[in-house]
Amino acid sequence: MTDTPRRVAVLGGIRIPFARQDGPYARASNQDMLTATLDALVERFELHGETLGEVAAGAVLKHSRDFNLTRECVLGSKLAPETPAYDVQQACGTGLEATILTANKIALGQVDCAIAGGVDTTSDAPIAINEDLREVLLEAKRAKSNAGRLKALAKIRPQQIVPEIPRNAEPRTGLSMGEHTARMAKEWGIGRREQDELAAASHRKLAAAYDEGFLDDLVMPFLGLERDQNLRPDSSLEKLAKLKPVFGGPEGTMTAGNSTPLSDGASAVLLASEEWAAQRGLPVQAYFVTAQTAAVDHVHKREGLLMAPAYAIARMLARTGLSLQDFDFYEIHEAFAAQVLCTLKAWEDPVFCRERLGLDEPLGAIDRDKLNVHGGSLGAGHPFGATGGRIVAGLAKMLHQRGQGRGLVSICAAGGLGVTAIMEAAQ
Amino acid sequence: MSDRYQQLVNTPLGRIVTKQVGLPAPVKLERYEPGAPVIDGPVLLGAAPGGRLAGAIARVLAAVGAETSTPMEPKALRTAAADAGLEASVFNPEAAAEEDTFKALVFDATGIADSEQLREAWAFFHPTIRRVRRSGRVIVLAAPPQDGEPAAHIAQRALEGLTRSIGKEVRRGATANLVYVRAGAEAAIESTLRFLLSPRSAYVSGQVIRITGEAPVPEGIDWERPLNGLVAMVTGASRGIGESIAEVLAREGAHVLGVDVPAMEPELEAVTARIGGSALALDITDPSSPEAIADHLLERHGGVDVVVHNAGITRDKTLGRMDQERWDAVLNVNLIAPQRIDRALFGRGAVRQNGRVIAVSSISGIAGNAGQTNYATSKAGVIGFVEAWAPELAKRGATVNAVAPGFIETRMTAAMPIATREAGRRMNSLSQGGLPIDVAETIAWFAGPGSSAVNGNVVRVCGQSLIGA
Repeated sequence: MTDTPRRVAVLGGIRIPFARQDGPYARASNQDMLTATLDALVERFELHGETLGEVAAGAVLKHSRDFNLTRECVLGSKLAPETPAYDVQQACGTGLEATILTANKIALGQVDCAIAGGVDTTSDAPIAINEDLREVLLEAKRAKSNAGRLKALAKIRPQQIVPEIPRNAEPRTGLSMGEHTARMAKEWGIGRREQDELAAASHRKLAAAYDEGFLDDLVMPFLGLERDQNLRPDSSLEKLAKLKPVFGGPEGTMTAGNSTPLSDGASAVLLASEEWAAQRGLPVQAYFVTAQTAAVDHVHKREGLLMAPAYAIARMLARTGLSLQDFDFYEIHEAFAAQVLCTLKAWEDPVFCRERLGLDEPLGAIDRDKLNVHGGSLGAGHPFGATGGRIVAGLAKMLHQRGQGRGLVSICAAGGLGVTAIMEAAQ
Repeated sequence: MSDRYQQLVNTPLGRIVTKQVGLPAPVKLERYEPGAPVIDGPVLLGAAPGGRLAGAIARVLAAVGAETSTPMEPKALRTAAADAGLEASVFNPEAAAEEDTFKALVFDATGIADSEQLREAWAFFHPTIRRVRRSGRVIVLAAPPQDGEPAAHIAQRALEGLTRSIGKEVRRGATANLVYVRAGAEAAIESTLRFLLSPRSAYVSGQVIRITGEAPVPEGIDWERPLNGLVAMVTGASRGIGESIAEVLAREGAHVLGVDVPAMEPELEAVTARIGGSALALDITDPSSPEAIADHLLERHGGVDVVVHNAGITRDKTLGRMDQERWDAVLNVNLIAPQRIDRALFGRGAVRQNGRVIAVSSISGIAGNAGQTNYATSKAGVIGFVEAWAPELAKRGATVNAVAPGFIETRMTAAMPIATREAGRRMNSLSQGGLPIDVAETIAWFAGPGSSAVNGNVVRVCGQSLIGA
């Protein structure tokens, strides 16, 4: 029995190319995509028939029948059916949270190896029956006589045919995530041009990563798609500048170009103890060092919905004694270009850092050349549950190639959540 | 006293006509109501790099609870805001929506060291000046030119032209003023900033104020009633501007001793009774009056804190037709009596620590006026009175300042011929006459204990009149 925390090794990860909503994966279910991704990881690390410590994964948009999604995927995969599994759901932080949970079990010696992952489909979305109709049907079910059932069913009205379609809106504010971010952009004075610049850079860097072969072993073709469908290598400031605002009203600065599109995809990462990796001769790419979550009150205190990572990272830095500048890579999930820019500005702002973070000095600026160096969600797309795995796998490889250094991961999520982590190269 | 033109242009039809014909369109100026916030609307605070006042300004904005924004640059500005506990939001003109408007623009220009850096002022005001709200405020804080090296002296002096032009460009009752703050007097800006931000300064525009005194500002000022427990003497308090001064000083917490000629005693007593003050009826030009006033103040109140020389008369004639009696009467009341009274009060030690002497000059004293050689002489003399006594009173921990009213709506102006009256009303940036309370509020700002470094100023209350500008 191990009673001191162990180092957690990231051995590698893989994902399928991300597709746009109703694109090539229109008929693929979450289970299809996650199972295929698990099998790709099995192939790469030769895990056929292996019983792993556990598999943790999740999806944000889930059918009610997928109550045991990850377990079902494991059963459908080439892993041993004896591999335990469970679902995780923390909005866009799902994939990274799954990594944190499994990493912690490895660190504590509860398991020796695990797969963390995530998946989402916005095409095969769970459409529910109308809430009024649901109540009528439940009432009919409860009725003890045929007459009672008929009486209940008589309440059915034509308008109840309209189904419940999942919306990308915050339940407590009724505002879409884009509208919330538009508020943040306004609060932080984020201009259109800087957002478009960040978006163009995301496409440019992701395209370069494909061209250089960086993604060759990180992305496995699926259903005929070889690269992320959203990627526009020829994206430019001029083209982006022509798009009309979609959030924040007619004077808004946020467009379809500098916001991530609804997308479909899956990712998975293999984590293990150093001993487990050594036994199998698998090189350690990076260590998953620590993680931090935070949440903000976007309902009553009106903090920006997607500002929680700014808080989480400040706390994580305080806990580890690191400064914001002590990193070689910054992987900040580009939910919206404005979210990234607000976060960077907040860290540089003495007022925010003093009043909200309680710091005497601002965290300061980062070297923008180290930000999302192989592109981010604006280029790749953002299947909610899959983004964490995409980032962890990519960062592990970057740290492995560099041979030294440290990387910071920041993911914002619905509900005012932030999920962040630190990874280090294996020396 | 009613301004029928202003009422007319503020009707729906009047607005259309004035716009089409290009007539002046005076808006109803916002004026201070007791208990109201210092500023009712968001403030944008900007600064040129290297400035030294951002911290002091931020502390005042935090103290008055102003909803404040600043640009992200210069960084020192955000740091100053953070240090002041001012939770300032961020303003980026490039990302701002059209409806992002401000009740006040406040700019710390002290960092401007040469004429090229004046562009910093342009850069701040260019994208923001059209975002100033109705009855808004533009306040530029700068360094006294003569305190700087030649290049800084030139650039800081240049800000007067900028601020005065802004005063003429901003519309809808907005004002613009420049405040020169001596290095070391940063902590003394609060009373002035509060005054300029608030509707108390409704009719003060295009002015240059100097905060150059050395006297420290007392701590723990009650800004709602800063004159609490203090005694103020106001001459000519029975009506008009003097009556308003007495009322405002009483509102600020002072016990007011109203002074006026015996013929006005019933009116005087009505005023002082209303405000809980006391009355002293005497002719200030009588040789025995200065001592009588000093006796009264010392015996009844143990001294005085605020002395307001408001009493003034006119005896208009062109110089060739003016007899000696008219000359003497005006000079005696307006210029000679204040000096005698001061001599008696200071000679007897009646003016307490952190005392205030406030005189009333006039635009005529600055610009001159045909038919008013006597009056203009006396009122220009009042400016000399301020200049001459400021250094001496500073040594005694006191200050002396003056207001110079422009066209103020009183019974005196109501009696003017209509053409003269209309010209007087419209020939200023606010296109309207001021009210007695505008003069009184300005005097109350000088009078406050927070204004201990505001010394030797002559501030016009004229809506930035074209006369004598």
